[in-house]
This record gives sequence, C-alpha cells and structure tokens, in this order.
Amino acid sequence: MQRTYGSRKKLLGSLKRHRGLNRSMAGNVTLFIFMGICGVFMAVPLIFVISNAFKPLDELFRYPPRLFPRYPGFDNFADLKVLMSNSWVPFSRYILNTVIITGGGTLGHVIVASMAAYPLAKHDFPGKNILFSIVVLSLMFTWQVTQVPNYLIISKLGINNTYLAVMLPAFSYGLGLYLMKQFMEQIPDSLIESARLDGASEYRIYLSIIMPNVKPAWLTLAVLQFQTMWGNTGSQFLRDEQLKPLQYALLQIVNSGPARQGAAAVVTLIIAAIPITFFIICQSSIIETMTTSGIKE
Amino acid sequence: MACQQLRIKGESIVKDMGINVNADRPRRWPLGGILKLQPTEEWSLINRIKKNVASYVLIAPYFILFFIFTVLPVAMSMTLSFTSFNVLEPPQFIGWGNYIRLFLNDDIFRIAIKNTLIFAVITGPISYFMCLLFAWIINEFKGKLRAFITLIFYAPSISGNAYVVWNLILRGDKYGILNGILLQLDLIDDAVIWMKTEKYVLMFLIIVQLWLSLGTGFLTFIAGLQTIDKTLYEAASIDGIKNRWQELWYVTLPSMKPQLMFGAVMQITQSFAVADISVQLAGNPSVNYAGTTIVTHLMDYGSIRYEMGYASAIATVLFLLMVGSNKLVQKLLRKVGN
Repeated sequence: MQRTYGSRKKLLGSLKRHRGLNRSMAGNVTLFIFMGICGVFMAVPLIFVISNAFKPLDELFRYPPRLFPRYPGFDNFADLKVLMSNSWVPFSRYILNTVIITGGGTLGHVIVASMAAYPLAKHDFPGKNILFSIVVLSLMFTWQVTQVPNYLIISKLGINNTYLAVMLPAFSYGLGLYLMKQFMEQIPDSLIESARLDGASEYRIYLSIIMPNVKPAWLTLAVLQFQTMWGNTGSQFLRDEQLKPLQYALLQIVNSGPARQGAAAVVTLIIAAIPITFFIICQSSIIETMTTSGIKE
Repeated sequence: MACQQLRIKGESIVKDMGINVNADRPRRWPLGGILKLQPTEEWSLINRIKKNVASYVLIAPYFILFFIFTVLPVAMSMTLSFTSFNVLEPPQFIGWGNYIRLFLNDDIFRIAIKNTLIFAVITGPISYFMCLLFAWIINEFKGKLRAFITLIFYAPSISGNAYVVWNLILRGDKYGILNGILLQLDLIDDAVIWMKTEKYVLMFLIIVQLWLSLGTGFLTFIAGLQTIDKTLYEAASIDGIKNRWQELWYVTLPSMKPQLMFGAVMQITQSFAVADISVQLAGNPSVNYAGTTIVTHLMDYGSIRYEMGYASAIATVLFLLMVGSNKLVQKLLRKVGN
C-alpha cells in the first residue's frame, strides 16, 4: 500500500517533477489557475462562516459587503450567550442531546458494522453474497425513500420520540459496512489462519486480530458517521423540545430574523468547525481506507 | 504494527509470484453454488450453516437492524403505494390509483420530477467530473499542501448545515453579499430578490448543491489515484503516450475503474436527494414551486398531509429513479478504457 499521503516533504518541493516527460508548462498553468478559481469558490462561503462570527451586527449587514470584519469582536458570542440563557430549554440541553445522538449513533455503528464486516470479508457462509449485494444496493438510494415506513416502524416499536429513534436506524447504514468490508479483505488470510491454529475463536480473532488491523477503517467510519449524525436535526422523530439536537436549534436561530444573525453566525461556525476538525485529524486514515473502496466487478 | 506492515508486504510479494497462500482454504462458493451442491454430507447446506454459526452471530446485530430499517421499509413502501392510508384507519387497496393520480393529475409532481431530473442531470455528471478533475490535479501535489487543498474542497460537504451561510450571500436586499458585489460593479441597478425570483431559484440551488457535492466520491478518487502503480506511467511513456490527457484516458482511468464505479454511486444517489437546501434557501413551498423536488413533495405528503399511501408512491418512484440510473451508469462505466 502506498503511504505517500501526509509525508513530511517541504512545501517548496511539493510539486512532483519526476514525471516531467508528459507535463507541459502551459498545461500546468492552465490547470492550476482553474483549480485556483474553483478553490476560491469553495473557500469563500466558508471564510464568510468564520469571519461573520466575529463581525459586529452592523458589519454583518453592510453595503458594500466586506469579506473580513473591520472591527472584529466577540459581540456575537455574547449575543448567543444571552439568547441561550433566555431559551426555555437550557442551551446545554441541545448540546447534550447532540452529544448523545452523535456519540451513540457513531459508536454503535462502528461496532455493529465492523462485527458484520468481518464474516462478510473473510468467511464463506451460505447467503453471504446475497446479503452483501443487498447492502451495495442500499447505497444506491437515500433515507428519504424509506422515510414514511420508517416512521410507522419506529412508532410500532414504541421508540418514537426517544433518542433510539434517531440512533438505531443509523447503526445499520450501508456505507460503513461496505467500506469496512472492503478494507478487511486486504488483511492476509494467513494471519487469521495462524490465530485459528492457536485455538482462537472467531470472536477472539475479530477482537484481537481484525480490529487492531483495521484502525484506519474504523476511524473513517467514525468520522463519516459522525458527520451524518451531526447534521441530523431529528425533526421527524423527536417531538419534545428537550430531546432536540443542536442543528435544530441552529435552524431555529437562523430563521428567526435579522437581529439574531450575529448569534446565528456563531452557531454556524461551531456547527461547521467540529466535523472539519475531526476530518483534519483523521485525514490520512480516511484516504487510506478509501483506497479499498472500489466496486469490484 | 511495523512488523505487521512488513508481513502484509511479504504476503503480497508471495502472491505476485503466483504462489497461492490460501491453497489450504476451502474454495470460495459462488452465488449460484448453493444450487449445485453435491449431496455429500460434508458439503450439505445445513452442515455449512452449522459450521459457520460464529459468522451468523457476528452479522446478526447489523443485519437485523438493516432488515428492520432498510429492507422492510422498501418493501412496505412499495406495498403501501397501492393503498390509501392515513395512519388512523387501516390501509385500503386502491390498485394503481396513486400512480395514476401522481402522473396524470398532480401538476406539482410534474414540476417536482422535472426539477429533480434537471438537478440530477446537471449536478450528477458535473459533480462527478469535478470530483475526478480536482482529485486528479490534487494528485500532482504532495504532503501538507495536498492535505490542505483536499480540505478546502472537501470541507463544504462535511460542514453540517453551514450552507445556511448562503442565505446571507443570496439575501434579497442590498445587504446580501451577491447583490452588494453586483451593485458595486454596476452590473445591476437594483437588488434582486434571488431566491424569490422563479428563473433564478433552480440555478442557485444547483450552484449550492455543487458546492456541497465534493464528498465521499471525491475522497475515493484521491485515494484511488494514489494506488496506481507508478511504473505503469513509465511504461506508457515508452509506449508513446505524449501528454497528460492521453495518460489520463489510457492509464489512469482504466486503473481506477473500481473507484470510478463507487464514486458514481455516491454522486448519483446524492444528486437525486436534494431537498434540505431547497427548503432552507428557497422555502417550502418555493415561489411557483421553482425549487420543489421529488423529496420535498414526498415530505409534503408524508410529514404534513399524512397521505402515507400517496407518499409511498412518490417514494417508490424516487427509489426506482435512483436505483435505475445507478444501474445504468454502472453499465456505462464498465466500458471505460475498453
């Protein structure tokens, strides 16, 4: 496996030159200019997310617009604090809900999906191929397709309006299982075989051979699942205000008129910053996992 | 860990040399193998199931949940789509009634399907090629610079609901950022209420969707490009490949076909599911239904009007569209480089 990613070469030497044979200078320039323009398009809204949080309200609504604040300050953070102390559900409650839903949903998914991925990658049992192809099929449609029946099922199970209503379906998302299974396939069979000869049970092998060897994959699953859970407003299943997550509170603040936009900008920044931070920390593991993600014919 | 890495490397060398490490393992059973089993005791289906109890125990938690929350709902949705069902009374079978109403009498659904197809046909391929192109250019960089560029392009797709910042960019008065810039440049005389003007709504939703769309598929391509054997390029340049475009078509793309297929699934599926950004930026219902998609229509009937049978019919149409176009594109992609 290649491990060029994240290598500590100096920035200056960062352009690969060894394949100069097939690279024209004009081509390089065109591509990098194009890349630069697209990069600006991608980055500017995010820069606004950051700079808005530090703009006083009169600069937030300013003509002509300015990317960076002239008098940056923490007024918006103070606004948010006031807003938080006035809301009838304590704001810390939204944060707690988000922690429970995202943490629980992520942990459960990583455990359940990696348990299922091991036999799918390394055992031969009847039904294996059909089960896996159903999972691949499930990657081809989104949760909205199953929204209506899921509501009925969750009501029938009696878990409507509880954290479980958001967490349980998330345990069985298809993408995580798929990536995990593909990654596990590259673990050498001889490693498992020798553990078997030593008398290890399949559960033992899963815990002490497989899991330590797929660390990049479960980090990836954790980060991807975290992003999905983090963005969840839970509006479908969580009726009680006390159960709703931070994302819901954000949309409420954003939609509540110009005076709140300072506070909204701060919440937007928090919402964006946390998943991005996790990605930065785990980037090289994620890329490593993705190398095995291809659909084989 | 280092020792294991070495071991993995050793194994792959042995494999490359054509030595079968797994010679002592029972041979893999193909999908159809179940039917062609010899009636000897050792290979009987029941014995094979018995032998693999541990496998079933390990997959059980996942697949029980998967069946409850994915397989069963799809089956239920298809069944309910032939009924009239308002949750309070038991469902009543009405045959093709919902579908007839959907395609013949529901003007808004026709707008929704038109918008969704425009969305999918534009954002699907564009986002797919953007993912590929950017990944390909990023591959020319190394180290921290590369990690940084990857982050810039990937960050929007993971920043939660931070796309609400586009509300400020597209504001309808002169304090909106886009209006401010255009006014400043004298390109418009008055502030334009972008998201309430029918002809702009879909265009801006597409732009925001593209901004959000460099997700899992993009990472897959970056990863896939890294795994391509460098010696292939050297061989290709000896064989007379002249520029990077030829290199891309004859060497790079065929070598990363599995990733191309996986990335396609990610991008296509996503491009049919546009809804939240439409509701947040254009409102629901949007002006003259300019931002209505199949999913917002589904949400309308499923969560507001509680016409579950009708909503199920919409969901089934969406399901068939998503899976159908995925299958079609998979078929096309198999031909890359052939």
